[in-house]
Amino acid sequence: MSNYTININGKDKQVDVDPSTPMLWVLRDHLQMVGTKFGCGIAQCGACTIHIDDVAVRSCQLPVSAVGDQEITTIEGLSEEGDHPVQQAWLEHDVPQCGYCQAGQIMSATALLKNNPNPSDTDIDQAMNGNICRCGTYTRIKAAIKTAAKTV
Amino acid sequence: MSLVKTSYGRRSFLKSTAMAGGGLMLGFSWLASCKPSPEQVLDMPKEWFEINGYLKIGDNGLVTIMSPNPEIGQNVKTSMPMLVAEELDVDWKKVIVEQAPLNTDIFTRQIAGGSQSIRQGWDGLRMAGASAKQMLKEAAAKEWEVPVSEITTKESMIYHEGSGKSAEYGEMASKAANIAVPEEVELKDKSNFSIIGTSRKNVDGKKIVTGKPLFGLDYREEGMLTAMIIHPPAFGMKLKSLDASEAKGMSGIKDVFKFKTFEDGHTYGMFDETAFPEMIAVVGESVWQVMNARKKVKAEWEPFESHSNTFMGWSGDNTFEKAVPAGKENSPAHVEKMKKVAVQSAETVRKDGDPEKAFKNAAKVIERSYTAPFLAHNTMEPMNFFANVTDTEAKLVGPIQTPEFMEKSIAARLGLPLDKIDLQMTRQGGGFGRRLYGHFVVEAAVISKEMKAPVKLVYTREDDMSYGNYRPAYHALYRAALDEDNNLIGFHVRAGGIPESPLFANRFPAGAIENYLAESWTIDSNITVGAFRAPRSNFIAGAEQSFLDEVAEAAGKDPIEFRLDLLDKAQKAPVGENNDYEAKRYAGVLKLVREKSNWENGAGENVHRGVSAYFCHNSYVANVLDLVMEDDKPVVEKVYCAVDCGIVVNPIAATNLVEGGSVDGIGHAMFSGLTFKDGVPEQKNFDRYRLIRHSEAPKAIDVHFVKSDIDPTGLGEPPFPPIMGALANALYKATGQRHYDQPYISNKEIIG
Ligand code: FES
Ligand code: FES
Repeated sequence: MSNYTININGKDKQVDVDPSTPMLWVLRDHLQMVGTKFGCGIAQCGACTIHIDDVAVRSCQLPVSAVGDQEITTIEGLSEEGDHPVQQAWLEHDVPQCGYCQAGQIMSATALLKNNPNPSDTDIDQAMNGNICRCGTYTRIKAAIKTAAKTV
Repeated sequence: MSLVKTSYGRRSFLKSTAMAGGGLMLGFSWLASCKPSPEQVLDMPKEWFEINGYLKIGDNGLVTIMSPNPEIGQNVKTSMPMLVAEELDVDWKKVIVEQAPLNTDIFTRQIAGGSQSIRQGWDGLRMAGASAKQMLKEAAAKEWEVPVSEITTKESMIYHEGSGKSAEYGEMASKAANIAVPEEVELKDKSNFSIIGTSRKNVDGKKIVTGKPLFGLDYREEGMLTAMIIHPPAFGMKLKSLDASEAKGMSGIKDVFKFKTFEDGHTYGMFDETAFPEMIAVVGESVWQVMNARKKVKAEWEPFESHSNTFMGWSGDNTFEKAVPAGKENSPAHVEKMKKVAVQSAETVRKDGDPEKAFKNAAKVIERSYTAPFLAHNTMEPMNFFANVTDTEAKLVGPIQTPEFMEKSIAARLGLPLDKIDLQMTRQGGGFGRRLYGHFVVEAAVISKEMKAPVKLVYTREDDMSYGNYRPAYHALYRAALDEDNNLIGFHVRAGGIPESPLFANRFPAGAIENYLAESWTIDSNITVGAFRAPRSNFIAGAEQSFLDEVAEAAGKDPIEFRLDLLDKAQKAPVGENNDYEAKRYAGVLKLVREKSNWENGAGENVHRGVSAYFCHNSYVANVLDLVMEDDKPVVEKVYCAVDCGIVVNPIAATNLVEGGSVDGIGHAMFSGLTFKDGVPEQKNFDRYRLIRHSEAPKAIDVHFVKSDIDPTGLGEPPFPPIMGALANALYKATGQRHYDQPYISNKEIIG
């Protein structure tokens, strides 16, 4: 067990956990921030996507010991009121079915738009290919990303 | 308007006496306890008045509607309350939706399965709304001393034109709660619907996109421990011995023990199916600690003997035996076995005319065989459940499609009366049939009882994928007889699977062909299976629709024309009895998709199209699929879907379901499969089990609904099966090769 101070959504959080603990479980089990989802545990599904310094990262493969003083953003911290343009576009297109994958999809999409405000279809496919949606909402996600691109 | 007796679900309308005085409703459940979202213009009311089991009205006009059925992504949590709201004449902006508790005295059929929620809730839910509206009207009539017949309602307002009086629902709620439940209520004429048939967004949308705790895996209680299982590494094996000494000493670990989900000789409930009734539980403080401890548990496993399990039938008073053969099974051997069985005659399920003679006299006989592998459901949220079991009661919270069945299983397993079991439903990260089978609910309960503590049982993806109730492996052999003029004079299907047959003997083209034979067979297996989105249809539709395409080609006919001709026959002069489809509606979706896809003029250069149509779960779907080849890879450019599900309750959500079903069908037919080596599933996570991804999804999906005022039917399953046929037929056009074996593209090879 070791003590870590991690900056999450602009606030410093303290946890006392094994250094190998993935950020996914630090968030879910120790900080009760359950917006970040568990889907595969091996960086294959994207459900656990968070941002580290604005880059999309799979938190299931990120040990807490590797975070250091980098800034983490989770779905809970994407916007104060849930009104980030990507979240709004998601609502406008009524994207979710079961909804389980969508936090990860949104985190991947926001990271994409940060780096590439006007992505092509191919850019979207490439950036989003690591996020599985078992319900098959892919066409809506693409449409929502394009809508968001207009406002980001 | 139609007058209906409220006898259906009569109990539903009995007011809770505790509430009759207008007392405060019980606090919100944890699921609804999050702060109301900003667009909820109204503040929470000071008081709630329960009008009937389905709804309560606040003193400020806010209305809470209970959504009775499990939400697995099929959007019932929005569309079922819409039915209540329609008849209540409530302003949808003033509605909040709560997941109803499990209470089959109030809510009938709290199951997510068979695409039946809307179809079976159609009358009851509207009645709940209509009777509440009637009570509000009567309360107003009394208050204003005017005849109730002169009272009208609109968008949460009550009016009396003669006196010019009006009131909001909230003002009359306390009085309405004391009005006797009407014996009869009027239901609206369909032409007066103002909510049904309009697009209403997902009521949980905001919570989903902001990451609120909604799902079973998100649930927690004070002092809760995390539990995980270790199951036998292969189907056909059981636990021999356990050495947990090292694991038990690890940091955060509370206990490691073996347990029986069901006692030996137990009569399994309808949805109790489990391959591994005895396993090891590892319990600790956090997921990561338990995951690590699992690796240090030493267990020995051994093959089990052939045996059979007794299951309860659907009605609850009959039982049947399921054979569980010994052995460690292999996928290549499965395929060989199926091929061998398929050449022998099997059990005749339906026979019309003289098929033997038709085939003997045929000018041309076409014979083809189709196969599909086992599939894992792979809901994005792995199986999990919360349990807190004490000596006297049990609380269970989580994602389950069959709560009312599992409640009984839990009561039986724990030896507690049914009313001491409190089973609550969360939002579910996908179902697809997997969560019909609640062994994991019982496992959580047994572990909690042993630990004398609240626990959350969590499956990893590997647990979830290697311990499933899978879609069976299937085989279908088809034969068609054409006469000299290329008329289809005989048709023969012989279908089977491991361990279940996919045959629907009375579905199209039965009824359209003079001489018809349908045969069925099965091969026993110890690999556990269960319903998977559109069970059986999810294979047989693609096989049949591929075969018909090939027969149409051999007959020199346009594939849509060919099907329409057969449907015309089935409509005008149906052959045989019990034909399980309406030929007219079937033809309707084909005609609609032909029109919308501009079929006659073709899709354009280098675009290859395939067509298919299927009927299951009371709804009709036809597809045209356009694909192009890019670097020898098929790319789906566009999918056209024509759907007849009667009245479309919520178009935006219905369209989403059809899109999702299409993507799902293309994905599974193209990429997915679960194979076994010595009883061990060879794919345990998404690195080897391939699911469709963004870049492989269709570029566009064009969904059209047949305009209809027929009562609505299901939509969770019907869009899934037919697309596989359209895909196979388009692939043929693109590559010149027919595709008989799913998945059409395996992990590495590329077709073409
Ligand atoms: S849980 Fe991290 S990518 Fe799947
Ligand atoms: S919405 Fe269900 S997995 Fe994406």
